[in-house]
Amino acid sequence: MSAVWPIFKREFMAYFSTPLAYVFIVIFLFAMGAFTFYIGHFYENGVADLSVFFAYHPWLYLFLVPAIAMRLWAEERRTGTMELLLTLPVPVWATVAGKYLAAWAFTGVALLLTFPIWITVNYLGHPDNGVIVASYIGSFLVAGGYLAIGACISASTNNQVIAFVVSVVVCFLFTISGAPLVLDFFRSWAPLVLVNAISSFSVLTHFAAIEAGVIDLRDLIFFFSLIALFLAANVVIVDLKKMG
Amino acid sequence: MPDSMIEIEGLTKRFGPISAVAGIDLTVTKGEVLGFLGPNGAGKSTTMKMVTGYLAPTSGRVRILGHDVETDPIAAQRCVGYLPEGAPAYADMTPRQFLSFIAEIRGFAGDAVKARVDSVVGKTELDPVLDQPIDTLSKGFKRRVGLAQAILHDPPVLIMDEPTDGLDPNQKHAVRALLRAMASEKAIIISTHLLEEVEAICTRAVIIDKGRVVADGTPAELVARSRHHNAVTLALPAAQGEIAKTKIRTLNGVAAIEQTTLSNGLVELTAFPKGGALLIEEVSAMAVAEKWDVKELYAEAGRLDEVFRAITTHDADRAREART
Repeated sequence: MSAVWPIFKREFMAYFSTPLAYVFIVIFLFAMGAFTFYIGHFYENGVADLSVFFAYHPWLYLFLVPAIAMRLWAEERRTGTMELLLTLPVPVWATVAGKYLAAWAFTGVALLLTFPIWITVNYLGHPDNGVIVASYIGSFLVAGGYLAIGACISASTNNQVIAFVVSVVVCFLFTISGAPLVLDFFRSWAPLVLVNAISSFSVLTHFAAIEAGVIDLRDLIFFFSLIALFLAANVVIVDLKKMG
Repeated sequence: MPDSMIEIEGLTKRFGPISAVAGIDLTVTKGEVLGFLGPNGAGKSTTMKMVTGYLAPTSGRVRILGHDVETDPIAAQRCVGYLPEGAPAYADMTPRQFLSFIAEIRGFAGDAVKARVDSVVGKTELDPVLDQPIDTLSKGFKRRVGLAQAILHDPPVLIMDEPTDGLDPNQKHAVRALLRAMASEKAIIISTHLLEEVEAICTRAVIIDKGRVVADGTPAELVARSRHHNAVTLALPAAQGEIAKTKIRTLNGVAAIEQTTLSNGLVELTAFPKGGALLIEEVSAMAVAEKWDVKELYAEAGRLDEVFRAITTHDADRAREART
């Protein structure tokens, strides 16, 4: 357990010792603003809430989170530090957890830096701040889910570009699995149970539920089991790579 | 065997159809410095990766102080300091940050972290670059950062893949002195291409080739296999060369004589002994008795590079066979 903290700390600091963190945060904030104001018509709606702001989060994360996750393991393999890390007396799960939590904390920092829009909306009107807090939590969970997927895929390849592309595709499938586009395809032939199961894997559906202001246990279980599943797969992949 | 610290039994590693390591058995005891020699691709690094738990063996096992590396990796890895090939380190960190990270991960906390880091920084002479990013350091300093992280927790077992690669002669000397100072309390395996390094610090030399141990002994024993073991060379004026050659050939212990003509009007005669017999006394006595004008006279212990080539040059032989 004690090894998670030094790994977390090293990994978290590593973001800020390169331009990566700053570039990411600037692009993240800029894209958030662009979507909210130009595409979501935040002002024109004349409603004091942040639903248009949060509505675009899963779509932005779809590209930005794999960009963070792709280097998590692929970079260590490329530079050879993987050999150092895996021969230290640390269980693989602790390394996986430390690295993952650092990346998640980093996305949390980026998300927190969107606070001016919260101030803005409170200045303009009287929004339901409870709903906003719930939405922030939901958004953070979506990022965490995508990040677990991206970390797992990063562990399976040395190539960061492949890690990025595959992660985007897998995250996309998890995002839209509740959309009619996907469900209609299955509905024609698959049993209802399967269709319901597929639809329940949708990140969008669960995020929408939280965004409405209700943090339901089922939605929390969904996100945490998604994260746990992919981190467990991550541990297995790192172990399997030892087989050569 | 109370002092055996590293036990390797039937270790093999296959990558698809290729056997990188094909059944290695070795036991390294406390106080031994084992020099791991072999041509590139012989399986040195792969063996070290399995001993440290980075790669899982296809079969066989490794125990470090009794802890099986596969079933109890954490306990085994606690006892090991490892310098991987190329001395990898996090490029964006400074040596101070990097070594503190290693200390924390190895379970040191608070003042102990600082004490450990200070101690290895002193031993590896890293003070001048302590706060520069590792990225910007010279190859020699990078290598020393790698060494420092390996010895930080004062481990009973040290595994080092080419510890002096990229160092200048002074730095090599310093690293060898450092290893020699620690050797009595530890079991150390170093891999190297430098045969002089084996003679300088190793108590035991193991040559591996195509994943197998092909020679195992003290450096002196390996050197004794050399054709030049106890060979005597003398240099004298060309005029006396032929007489000397005939005379020396009459000596009992001499198997063969080779002659080289030097550019300064001298010839050099090398007498190879039968079965490692000592020739130097007889040859020098003869030179005095015959009043040869000897300019140079010396005996050799042997040449490790010759032994190394003799044992490991099968590839070239096979290539030649294929061509004819």
